[in-house]
Amino acid sequence: MFRVLILLTCLLANAPGLAVEHAIVLNADCPPGFELSSGHCELRSLYQMYPSLQEAGVGGLKTGLPEWRDGFSPEQTDLGRYLFFDPVLSGDGSVSCASCHHPDQGFADGLGQSVGIDDSVLPRSAPTLWNVAFLKSFFWDGRASSLEEQMQGPLYDAHEMGSNPQLLLKTLNEIPAYQQLFAQAFPNDFIDSGSQVRLDHIYAAITAFQVSLISLNSRYDQYAHGYADALSGPEKEGLNIFRSFVARCAECHTPPLFTNQQLAVIGTPEPEGMPFDAGAQVPMKEPSQRGGFKVPSLRNIALTAPYMHSGRFASLREAAAFYTGGRGHAVPKGEELKIHWHIWEPNLTDEELDRLVDFLMTLTDESFKPEQPSRLPSGMRPVHNNVADAGGIIDGASNHE
Amino acid sequence: MNKIAAIAGAVVLLAGGYYLGTANQPEPTVIKVPAAPKAEFASDGAAEVIAASGTFSVRAWETPTSGEVIIVKDGESIQDAVAKAEPGTLIKVMPGTYKETVYIDKDNITLSGVIEQGRYPVMEGEGVRNDAVLYSGNGVTVENLYITHYKGNAIMGQAGNNFIIRNNYIVDTGVYGIFPQLDKNGIVAHNIISGIEDAAIYVGMSDNVDVVYNQVFESVAGIEIENSRAALVEGNYVYNNTGGILAFITPGLPIKTCSDVIIRNNFVVNNNHENFAIPGSLVSNIPSGTGMLIMACDDVVVEQNIVTGNDSVGILFTDFSLATSASVDPDSEPNPNRPKILNNIMQDNGNNPAPLVRAFLATKLETRGPDVADTVGMDDGCILNPERFRTIGLDKYSECAFSDTKNVLTYTLPEPVAPRTEESNMDSGKLAYYGVCAGCHAYNSRMIGPPTQIIQALYMDNPEGIAAYAAKPVKKRDDYPEMPPQGHLDEETRLAAAKFMLKLSK
Repeated sequence: MFRVLILLTCLLANAPGLAVEHAIVLNADCPPGFELSSGHCELRSLYQMYPSLQEAGVGGLKTGLPEWRDGFSPEQTDLGRYLFFDPVLSGDGSVSCASCHHPDQGFADGLGQSVGIDDSVLPRSAPTLWNVAFLKSFFWDGRASSLEEQMQGPLYDAHEMGSNPQLLLKTLNEIPAYQQLFAQAFPNDFIDSGSQVRLDHIYAAITAFQVSLISLNSRYDQYAHGYADALSGPEKEGLNIFRSFVARCAECHTPPLFTNQQLAVIGTPEPEGMPFDAGAQVPMKEPSQRGGFKVPSLRNIALTAPYMHSGRFASLREAAAFYTGGRGHAVPKGEELKIHWHIWEPNLTDEELDRLVDFLMTLTDESFKPEQPSRLPSGMRPVHNNVADAGGIIDGASNHE
Repeated sequence: MNKIAAIAGAVVLLAGGYYLGTANQPEPTVIKVPAAPKAEFASDGAAEVIAASGTFSVRAWETPTSGEVIIVKDGESIQDAVAKAEPGTLIKVMPGTYKETVYIDKDNITLSGVIEQGRYPVMEGEGVRNDAVLYSGNGVTVENLYITHYKGNAIMGQAGNNFIIRNNYIVDTGVYGIFPQLDKNGIVAHNIISGIEDAAIYVGMSDNVDVVYNQVFESVAGIEIENSRAALVEGNYVYNNTGGILAFITPGLPIKTCSDVIIRNNFVVNNNHENFAIPGSLVSNIPSGTGMLIMACDDVVVEQNIVTGNDSVGILFTDFSLATSASVDPDSEPNPNRPKILNNIMQDNGNNPAPLVRAFLATKLETRGPDVADTVGMDDGCILNPERFRTIGLDKYSECAFSDTKNVLTYTLPEPVAPRTEESNMDSGKLAYYGVCAGCHAYNSRMIGPPTQIIQALYMDNPEGIAAYAAKPVKKRDDYPEMPPQGHLDEETRLAAAKFMLKLSK
């Protein structure tokens, strides 16, 4: 049904005269990975069969998930999908959420430093949105504690999407198609004829879409659930290096999400010419967190090069090699950082680094990747496939160590 | 007069401690498997004693066995045996040298060395291998191995509940000797461990663990209980480490608390080894000569230990002021709340304090280290017979309202942790359908694969047919891509998913 609708809308997009007559109808089915239960989409995963110590969602192979967000309606989720891809949310209609969180680039953008409105080069890289349903803090420095709070950062930042709450509300309320879709998604708030789209509707819908981005069906997961042949010999070697107390990767990138959701000061370098990023020190006003960043999940990590908060490492191999370079080896002169105790000198061999990369590649799963709408309620064309163009882009991919 | 009374009392208490220590019979090490090969350990009679008393059993559970036995001989690979083993298998490792990393990612496996004439099966890391044994299955036993020269850990568990690690001989294996992490319910008993550059035994982020009757020496930390709850540290011989027994919160970990640790009936003697920890590690801050260190861990009971000859301090309660190398974590509470020091024997401590302790003592106009120090000055602590000890910072401690913890025989659970209880949403068929199948199949709309409704019409009362097809699909429809095989789901789960798929109505 949904696919049919998409095909239909593809056709219609080429025939603007008809588009008006065939309004977008929101999907009444939950996204894959969710069960419709009394109008709400609830997450279902084989990991729900497993316990987790103190319900923390960190452990080993058969460990349950951390607390997650779900419970949005199918319509809210689908409305969020349209909003996510719609450049009408930006101040000048030039960028959408998907510009920096592109579904074909692991919901990141392939850049070391993302590019916002007016081709502004931003100080940090866009993190993946896969599995954000499980996260407790957001942004590289962990300064937001919910997706609703987080999204107001990029939406209203002058260099990212360049909008503001008044403009956003005015824009959406002036588009009849959106009025209708918000009424479908939030029927209780649109009983009166004069009902308006509110900011909390926008935030809830985008959150609903974001929490539907579940990636828990990689080959690693098949291994974790008990299928020993899911990983090759070298990949299993990589897993053992990953969780060994020599490399210590799993101490912070802890299964099942491959993050322990903590801040860590590890002392990675910035790209050439970029000033030192103080990280979590700023929001926490805590000097010992200088250079501290959130431990990112490694799920779908193969899709989101370059790596680290400002994309200094172009490849997984280079990122892995950082950890065997010695404690604090890349800390700029004059910086005194409280480097995390797990950063040491494991003296990993080249072969071990290769095996680690082999293993990291098994964490890829896009089986629940959502459809990209070809037609948007605003009538605008999607912009996320436009190539970012900024004179000063520091592209991690061409920034080999 | 007072002094004599105190000493007499101490002797009585010591005897009492000894009595308690032996009353908790060590768990039997007999391996109860039919068709077991020779060279078992003999029964020590514990089972008989418990049977005779008929009242309680302590740490009496074992890894469940099916009767399946695999014997690994010198020259063969232990990992090959693990790969073949079904849950419930007993893997017997004969004396010999095994140069490998063994990983156990399945449940209920017993890895048991066979010791002949004092000859152990030796796991040899040659200074190049990372860890000797890694497990992430529930119900894993690792016993009777001699493990040496690994770079990482001898035995490391990651979220394996109901583990038993016992009777191992671990020499010079790098960072940790025995390291169960994120586990619930386990026993670490009768191991001999030395030459470890962090903790010989390190219980990290775990619940319900007993660390009993081990000998740990010449390591930076003897026994470390970190960010864990309900841990019993009893009857261990802990000597010549930098620090003997530690109960700790490490800030910045995902599990933030440490509480309910009983440290009793241990010998904590002459822990004066030079600190040879890796720079930057938390234990690199431990002053040499520390008998016990309780940092930020709550409700720690210190009872009937013999704490002697530790050159800096016998027992040190402190906050994060020692953890100067870690970033501040606002979610970690720094105080060692409600410390409880029952009767202990402490003597001859603090004779040659390490510089850090010396500096602290100088602020108190002291030069000799005390038997007990509380650098925070907690006001909710208690101690019995404080007059017997040289103390600093215990002015606000009251007298403990209880004199022993003998009602706590063990912190392990009476029964192994069961798999997650069956809740309404815990049906594996439903979880597999929504969690895996739904990536391609929706109820009544076309996705990558055909709609569930169409599959229902085709298979009706034949879930077995779906389960079999899903394991080995063949291309059936020109208008759909070929289904990827789902053999990674076991037969039971595939069938459950098929049944769920057939009864779906929306």
